Amino acid sequence: MTKLKPWLPLIGIGVFAVLLLVVAPAVLSMHWINNLGKYCCWAIVAVGIGLAWGRGGMLVLGQGVFFGLGAYTMAMHLTLETAGPGSLPVFMILYDPSAPLPAFWEPFRSDAFTLVAIVLLPVIVASILGYALFKRRVKGAYFAILTQALAVALAVLISSTIRETGGDTGLSDFKYFFGFVLDDDANKIMVFMIAAALLIVCLLVVWQLGRSRFGELLIATRDAEERVRFLGYDPANIKLVAFVVAAVMASIAGAMFVPIVGIITPAEIGASASILMIAGVALGGRASLFGPALGAMAIGWGQSSLGSSWPSGWIYILGLVFILVTLFLPMGLSSLSGRAKSLVWRSRTAATAPAAASAPVLEEVKK
Amino acid sequence: MKTTRTRRARSLLAVPALAAAVTLVLAGCGSRAGDSAEPTAAAESCIDTSGDTIKLGFLNSLTGGMAISEQTVSNVLHMAADEINADGGILGKQIEYVQEDGATDWPTFAEKTEKLLTQDCVAAIFGGWTSSSRKAVKPVVEENNGLFFYPVQYEGLESSPNIYYTGATTNQQIIPAMDYLAAQGVKTLFLAGSDYVFPRTANAIIKLYAAELGIEIVGEEYVPLDKDDWTTQVSKIVAADPDFVFNTINGSSNVGFIKAYYDAGLTPETTPIISVSIAEEEAPAMGHEVTGNYASWNYFQSLQTPNNPGFIERWKAYPDSSGVTSDPMEAAYISLYLYKALAEAAGSFDVDEINAAAAEGGITVDAPEGVVTLDGENHHISKPGNIGRINADNQFDIVWSSEGFIDPDPYLEGYDWFPADVRDALVAAAG
Repeated sequence: MTKLKPWLPLIGIGVFAVLLLVVAPAVLSMHWINNLGKYCCWAIVAVGIGLAWGRGGMLVLGQGVFFGLGAYTMAMHLTLETAGPGSLPVFMILYDPSAPLPAFWEPFRSDAFTLVAIVLLPVIVASILGYALFKRRVKGAYFAILTQALAVALAVLISSTIRETGGDTGLSDFKYFFGFVLDDDANKIMVFMIAAALLIVCLLVVWQLGRSRFGELLIATRDAEERVRFLGYDPANIKLVAFVVAAVMASIAGAMFVPIVGIITPAEIGASASILMIAGVALGGRASLFGPALGAMAIGWGQSSLGSSWPSGWIYILGLVFILVTLFLPMGLSSLSGRAKSLVWRSRTAATAPAAASAPVLEEVKK
Repeated sequence: MKTTRTRRARSLLAVPALAAAVTLVLAGCGSRAGDSAEPTAAAESCIDTSGDTIKLGFLNSLTGGMAISEQTVSNVLHMAADEINADGGILGKQIEYVQEDGATDWPTFAEKTEKLLTQDCVAAIFGGWTSSSRKAVKPVVEENNGLFFYPVQYEGLESSPNIYYTGATTNQQIIPAMDYLAAQGVKTLFLAGSDYVFPRTANAIIKLYAAELGIEIVGEEYVPLDKDDWTTQVSKIVAADPDFVFNTINGSSNVGFIKAYYDAGLTPETTPIISVSIAEEEAPAMGHEVTGNYASWNYFQSLQTPNNPGFIERWKAYPDSSGVTSDPMEAAYISLYLYKALAEAAGSFDVDEINAAAAEGGITVDAPEGVVTLDGENHHISKPGNIGRINADNQFDIVWSSEGFIDPDPYLEGYDWFPADVRDALVAAAG
């Protein structure tokens, strides 16, 4: 049993993979496959947030920025693919038929450029941003507010450049996905499978990082940054890596969100969207492996099913759950089993050895 | 790193690589041909017509910024459904409606449309307000071969076999407004709008037509839908001193605009506004008296038609009534009756048969604004053009009416000032 323990997360990922990649396509209707694909995208962002916030202690309140980079990269490519070679996207014809395609759109005609940009753009942006912030030792609330402000800024920028980006209306009506007709159930399932597989890959990456020396350094940096510095490491570099990895995950999630949902608007990447991304992570348990992903999926499911039954009530339910979890389960729902275990352990030891004052509760995070 | 601790071997890095490979394999097998292939047949319709009810979907923003306007549309749809049910239903079947919330979020509109069509199996969907919401719904109804009835005036230049438009297109609202301004001797015009599809497109058309009419556009300003500080933009209106302001602002952003307009010392006597989004519902909510300003609509509560008094009376008596009738809610009311007329002409709830019945022509609805006729080709309806001036009761005194009903011309084919290449490009893109 003890030999098996380190491998339990891997087995969990395996079970999760089978559920998503084999069971789900077999039993769910197209409607729910599409929805599940969307939840997978949010879960990918959440896995990244789990790494940056749960293990790295960086409260990234603006993952919408990176989600948006990936989403708009993909949406621009699909829009151009739908318009066909040499043609303008429909919304540009509507606003100003004589204007040429903006120069920054041109490279997105290329499949390869788009795929590379989805990974490279967040790396560049997050590296510059992270380097500037972490080297100056910006952290805590200042860091959170800064990232949040960037998400708002990007959403406003897109809203106010309607001729170039589609503005508030967003980009939609995509017909093709890298040559595949999107209006085809087989291809929709394929797109879902890609999103689900990417989620599995992200979980594996975080699991692997968690058991590496880097993972230990990251947690050490979170819990005692100064000590890590005294030991001769630069905490800025450690945080930077986690921040960049989280950014890439958010960007990949955004890119998959577009063909699955079929539309992207600035509202999906702004302040409230970014907070909703965090909410799932907090709900599920930020420092655990599965907590962020499952929490994000639960919120996504709540939004589409409870939001249907009680349009105006759902947001209150979410708020209430959020308050209760923060109050009573600050480490999220995934800490429930640990708590239950320690309670059992405590009562047992209390019965046998009243002298033992308290059980060593495994606190994963100090704050 | 500096330490030299020995650690477990990291052969497991192969796991992510393996998963990536699996992804690639999956990507290969779930495929279907690319560009050259015909788009595959839409999903089989799951509309259930076996019972004595027929399911319809209502999709309106009941939360978020547009709820203030769309709640009324939702309520009047419920009233129309109750009326039709009391009158025996559609083809003998009672309407059973599923209400969904679009939440003023365009991806939510797309998601709920898909849910209504594939999960609830509704025969048709009614609702939407902003053009952004319609643009989000359009690909989904086309893909699933569903029906969507859109009740609000819009920017035109669109048509879809799966959408019926019961609000005005540009040649039934904006072009009459421009004709009216030209007849009043207006020489300079300032354009103020919200920053999204409708105002941008409407203003592109206004600019083309203004050039034709010899009206000079002395300024053009946009503010995002959810912002209501218009101070800077209104100071530009003051500086430009236009004969008229053409207002394509939507929703509560109008309140901020009207406030800034009066704060800057502008009045309807010197610089009147003509709006295409302020109706009986909105006028009293402006936070300032707006008497003397203008609006271009097809329906006004003050319209003298045989059906209007009864409609106003029934609406005022309806439990969820807002007390006044307005153009978009009247168009929503029409939309349900139009669907009834179509289903009865087709003798079926099948989408293709309904479209075939529409194409045969002669579908009319005896609406509060008069007898409207459906154009079976472009799925828009004929409408009377009316310009009203707001009076002290926040009702509209009608100052101009079109001679008879105006036939819908969404692509402005009857107007040679509209560039043919743009029309061709848009028609081609629409497929």
